[in-house]
Amino acid sequence: MWTFIHKLGSPKWCYSLCGRLQPGFWIAALLLIAVGSVWSLAYSPPDYQMGNSYRIIYVHVPSAILAQSVFVSMAIASAVFLIWKIKIADMAATVMAPFGAAMTFLGLFSGSLWGVPTWGTWWTWDARLTAMLIQLFLYIGVIALRGAYGRNDQGAKAVAVLTLVGVVNIPIIKYSVVWWNTLHQPATFTLTSRPAMPESMWMPLLIMVLGFYCFFTALTLYRLRNEIIRRESRTRWVQALAE
Amino acid sequence: MAFDSLSAFLDMGGYAKYVWPAWGLTLCALIGFAVWARMERRQLIRQLERRRRREARSA
Repeated sequence: MWTFIHKLGSPKWCYSLCGRLQPGFWIAALLLIAVGSVWSLAYSPPDYQMGNSYRIIYVHVPSAILAQSVFVSMAIASAVFLIWKIKIADMAATVMAPFGAAMTFLGLFSGSLWGVPTWGTWWTWDARLTAMLIQLFLYIGVIALRGAYGRNDQGAKAVAVLTLVGVVNIPIIKYSVVWWNTLHQPATFTLTSRPAMPESMWMPLLIMVLGFYCFFTALTLYRLRNEIIRRESRTRWVQALAE
Repeated sequence: MAFDSLSAFLDMGGYAKYVWPAWGLTLCALIGFAVWARMERRQLIRQLERRRRREARSA
């Protein structure tokens, strides 16, 4: 186990491991999202109150879940980087950030579009929406801070600390629908009970969520390899890649 | 199948202007990220090749 963790810290070994893992995740993501899209757009039944406008849920919920999961992943990577000084962890946190920011924006965007026909407004200062907007600013802050420092170790530490502080917002997002009883509805999926919708509705949603997770994993593995090339470009083994 | 015809599918029960932009931007973003990552890799490999040639000349 320890030798495995030790090896994982080696950029060369990590590069080849990511290369071996990523095709499977790309294929899984493509299949799940393709099947999930067709199922949720054409085959799942319309909602008895919201009609077909509810089909936005199939992109809204996966992006909103990923917006949070990506930040938690970044926080874990940041903690690993700060405690054990493993450079790979910092590289992983770097490559995850833009995708997380995009997912947060997409969650807000699809939510707004859904809000117009269902709530009668595209924006309201509801607790969930506000917490999500703060999350978007946290992502932008993390990306901007890294950009401001360029590529040096002090900057990496500062970004890791900001990410760990920012992760406080995640439980606030999660429990915002419970603590403040405003417009946004409670979670669709919980670990303790069955979803309050028929299987023909939640099954494609689950497939979409899994597809988004696979996509995130595949993209992270792929871009982690890019980041390794970028940061280790002076080493002999990276230069050998261009042969 | 939840729709009778293709036009009914495209109309989304009158919600087309909400459903399609939400879906469209999300799927475009995913494709965009995949393409971006691929271009990033190509560019990095090209840079390595360029440096290699430069160093081969100066050596």
